Amino acid sequence: MSTIAVTPGAPRTGWRQLLGFNMLTGIILGIGGWFIGYSAIGPHIHGVGVAYYATESGQNDIGIMLGYFLGVVGFLVGLGFANYPVQRMLGAAPSLAEKESEEQGLFRYFSLSTDHKVVGKQYMIGIGLFFFVAGLNAMLIRTELLQPNVHVFGANQYLTLVGLHGAMMMGVMTSGILGPFANWLLPIMIGSRRMAFPRIESFTFWLLMAGSVILLTTIFFGGFQTGWTGYQPLGDQGTAGYDAYIGFFACVGIAMTLFGFNIIATIVTMRAPGMTWSRLPIFAWGSFATATLMLLAAPMLIAALLMATMDRTVQTAFYVPGQGGSSYLFENLFWFFGHPEVYILALPGFGVVMELIVVFARKPLWGYRLGIAGMLGVAFLSFFVWQHHLFVSGMNADLRPFYMLSTELISVPTGFVFLCVMGTLWRGRIRFTVPMLFCLAWVFNFLWGGISGVFLSDVPSDVTTHGSFFVMAHFHYTIMGGLVFAFFAAIYYWVPKMYGFNLNERLGKIHFWVMFISFNSTFAPLFALGLLGMPRRVVTYATNLQGLNDWVSVSAYVLGASMLVFLFNVVWSLGFKREPAPVNPWHSKSIEWQLPTPVPVHDFDRFPVFDPDPYPYGVEQVPAGAPATAPAGGAAA
Amino acid sequence: MSGRAARALVTAVILVAVCAGIGIYIGLYLINVPGSVAATSTATGTQLYLATVPAAELTDPHPDWVSYYVVNSSSTDWRHDTTFQVPANTLVHFTIYQYDTATGLRNPYFSQTAGTDGSVLYNGKPAAVVNPAAPAHTFAIPQIGLSVPLPGANANAKNLCANAPCPLSDAHVTVSFTFRTPAKGLYRWQCFVPCAAGFIQGNGGPMQTVGYMGGFLKVV
Amino acid sequence: MDDKPHFRNIALLWLLASVIVTPIIVFVVGPGLPPGTGTVEAAGQVTDNTVLLALATPVALGVLVYMLYAMWAFRERTPEVIVDGPPIRGNASIQFWWLAVTTTMVLFLAGYGTVRLLADGSGGGQGPNPISVPKPPAGTRVLPVQVIAQQWQFTYRFPTYGGVETRTLDLPEHTLIQFNVTSLDVIHSFWAYQLGVKADANPGVNNVAYVTTKGPLNFEVRCAELCGVWHGYMFNSGTVVSRAQFASWITQQRVQYAPATGNLGPYSKTYFPQPLRRGG
Repeated sequence: MSTIAVTPGAPRTGWRQLLGFNMLTGIILGIGGWFIGYSAIGPHIHGVGVAYYATESGQNDIGIMLGYFLGVVGFLVGLGFANYPVQRMLGAAPSLAEKESEEQGLFRYFSLSTDHKVVGKQYMIGIGLFFFVAGLNAMLIRTELLQPNVHVFGANQYLTLVGLHGAMMMGVMTSGILGPFANWLLPIMIGSRRMAFPRIESFTFWLLMAGSVILLTTIFFGGFQTGWTGYQPLGDQGTAGYDAYIGFFACVGIAMTLFGFNIIATIVTMRAPGMTWSRLPIFAWGSFATATLMLLAAPMLIAALLMATMDRTVQTAFYVPGQGGSSYLFENLFWFFGHPEVYILALPGFGVVMELIVVFARKPLWGYRLGIAGMLGVAFLSFFVWQHHLFVSGMNADLRPFYMLSTELISVPTGFVFLCVMGTLWRGRIRFTVPMLFCLAWVFNFLWGGISGVFLSDVPSDVTTHGSFFVMAHFHYTIMGGLVFAFFAAIYYWVPKMYGFNLNERLGKIHFWVMFISFNSTFAPLFALGLLGMPRRVVTYATNLQGLNDWVSVSAYVLGASMLVFLFNVVWSLGFKREPAPVNPWHSKSIEWQLPTPVPVHDFDRFPVFDPDPYPYGVEQVPAGAPATAPAGGAAA
Repeated sequence: MSGRAARALVTAVILVAVCAGIGIYIGLYLINVPGSVAATSTATGTQLYLATVPAAELTDPHPDWVSYYVVNSSSTDWRHDTTFQVPANTLVHFTIYQYDTATGLRNPYFSQTAGTDGSVLYNGKPAAVVNPAAPAHTFAIPQIGLSVPLPGANANAKNLCANAPCPLSDAHVTVSFTFRTPAKGLYRWQCFVPCAAGFIQGNGGPMQTVGYMGGFLKVV
Repeated sequence: MDDKPHFRNIALLWLLASVIVTPIIVFVVGPGLPPGTGTVEAAGQVTDNTVLLALATPVALGVLVYMLYAMWAFRERTPEVIVDGPPIRGNASIQFWWLAVTTTMVLFLAGYGTVRLLADGSGGGQGPNPISVPKPPAGTRVLPVQVIAQQWQFTYRFPTYGGVETRTLDLPEHTLIQFNVTSLDVIHSFWAYQLGVKADANPGVNNVAYVTTKGPLNFEVRCAELCGVWHGYMFNSGTVVSRAQFASWITQQRVQYAPATGNLGPYSKTYFPQPLRRGG
């Protein structure tokens, strides 16, 4: 194992800190790249057909795609991602010399960092930022739906809001838990100092940020009217705003593929001696299962969108019926990615919840192998179910019973996870801390999400509910009630170790209760709205449904307000109060809590020695506060 | 400045920036909501004059896009709005100056007029159906079953209009019809000709943007 | 570790809850389930949903009862001391029975759903080669109705009535209707709520869905697949009327829209109207 060369550069002072390869340089080069692509090169790409369409429609799709591409390239070059490959090509030795020093304070977070803990925190802030932007869109959507006959936003602006909310949430929250927490925790949990490919780790973060900015530029180009699923040929009809959608998911797809690849390589190759597969924390198993999906499914999305780009720019006809193309092609390619994608969202939640309830029930994970089987089973089966999105689309009718069966079967491994959670609580000593409250709420929410999924998987039942608000309620219960609640559980749980400060517990409990109650109040009526005949993505609806819609909108505002409580807690506790957190406030026996706070740059001085038991609770009764002489989670110093 | 005061200042600045950002963000969506125009009441009843053009004004954000405009009887006062306010349960009289050339209907069903009170007059002559290849646009309110095809101006004419505003001396077809407005509420209208040049199937761009080939009928 | 009979308590509570709640769900909520019983296929969906609910209720109650009981019975009563619980790592017997029961339930549901689906198609779009074709009521023939979805209105074409196209939809009662759903441009979805019919309209594809009407019924048609800016406004209403009323309605439509019918091309299962590429 090579030693890490930590060579801190001479610390810069004042404005000179802004020079060099960092986010500012990236932004400048990114903007430059955009103009080169869009204004300089784009208009000069002439083909007879292309010139005609650009004049008639007033938009230059080739210029825009080139602009986005060169903008992203410029951004990444400005951050310094090209430096190491170029150095290596010129013959330099491999190294991890960039920016692993403990100096440079806040500027570390605005540049390429090979410290996995910095990347984890970058993800947390970056994802948090776009999560709140997408949440703001949701508030605007519910404002529009207050009245069926009064439109706050124009009809196409409303569809852009819907599409932006969906796309941004789906693209950003796929790394919602893995980004901040797998990056920060995984190396520590397996006894390594770094991920297998630290620069790729940082690359995925910055690419995601670039993509999210690209998505927001859609507003300047007329938005896109296809929703997050981007169906063709409707997307082909779109104005240039749809190119932003393509640019965003291209970045997200590449970032996801590389991120999954990095996680798998890390877990497979970087485990310390003694950290066998049967000893991995369940959170690591959850990350592993998710990473396999990311690696295998995301490329499909890139392929589907590449074809869409070609349809829009060079007039191919992949998805244009009557010219040899088919609208079914896009639907199937998209959902082949799309279904594993939603399990990419759900699986990290499983991992977090199982990891956390162990600590707050103070018992080992019940059915450790069953939980692993559950997560891997879900991951495997998720590739065999995608046509349940297409039950009434006119797909081959002989195939529908098969997909009904495969989709129903996925509830079996999901049930394993529920059994593990329930078994862990059995005869435990449950403490209702804020993270635990979020985990318990996860069980409740995912129960309804899962059961409604069984209804949707049943074709006769799906005939009425497909494409209606019932589907919306189902996936918000699983994704928001599942993933987002687990996300907040993870935040409240690990922030004391990541940042060294406590989050205010009382504010946390207020956040939880307001969020839990308003979440259910917002999304439970959506089941009824769907069953009563309201389709998705509509700007108007039958007037007798206005009462329910108003109830949902008001509840959504309260849900948004709960997020403000959380934000206030974060700013107050981490910015002002700054009450230092104890080293192990939750008395967890997991290894990250045996390290000092703040965790040193190099994580461990020596390889940790791992107890063969991943969850040694109840094996020796450790009184509160008494430091164990040989911490069961491994020696850290 | 003490650490806490500095942090308070930074937080306040960020808060203001965030609120401003949110305001701008929401504002970007709201500025594109087209305004509305009320139909004028005259001695002979409620009248509205519209025009359809092959390309919007040169100063428009989309100067290449086909569009509807609200005009006056002499086609001199041009407003780029597509929400029309009309009284409920009344006979209203629409006159449309159609300056664009023909594209043809996607579904020839819309070649027949429907939902009007009395015949539709094309350059003064009544007709119930047009050649399906003739329309440049249609005016339709599906919720009340109104559908009126608007034939294209002669493609070989020397005085075709290029961009709005178009004077009456340019080649055009005058279409006028009457229909009874429904009960109070918000209805939408659209064109049913795939007239969005440069967009696939002719249905993108102006066809999908409120303010060009579609809008609202506000019945009060 | 206390020796209260927790498992027995939970089992009894769950049994009690299931016995009370499940019949309420099945007999009180069930008959009112959407999409109503106005057509044979819609009624079939209601039965299917009732069976699903009947199975889902005890499952949901099981998890809820257990969680509420566990949160109360196993809570830490002395929070000032950190004491671990017993190191129970699993129970092979429970895991086996859980696997067996859940798999059996899932296989039953998949089988039942398949049987119901194959019986009459459940009103869903089956593509150009449907495999579940219900029998028409005695003494009647199937009525083919083409649903043409375009941006942004549904129109309906009747091939057995001269290919007349209409913008409203009346249907005769006690008749097997064969909807042939297609699109002229992008993907739409024909959702006739009270009929219990949903079939996506794909351009260049004929998607067949069957419904057997019963008595007179008012139904609403909405587009259920995002198709562009006016997707939310793509709706119309329809009625199921007596055969005599239907005959007179379709005759009136044929007379009134004879000129339009003359301009329409011949009836076809799919259409490829111009412009196909970027035009206009």
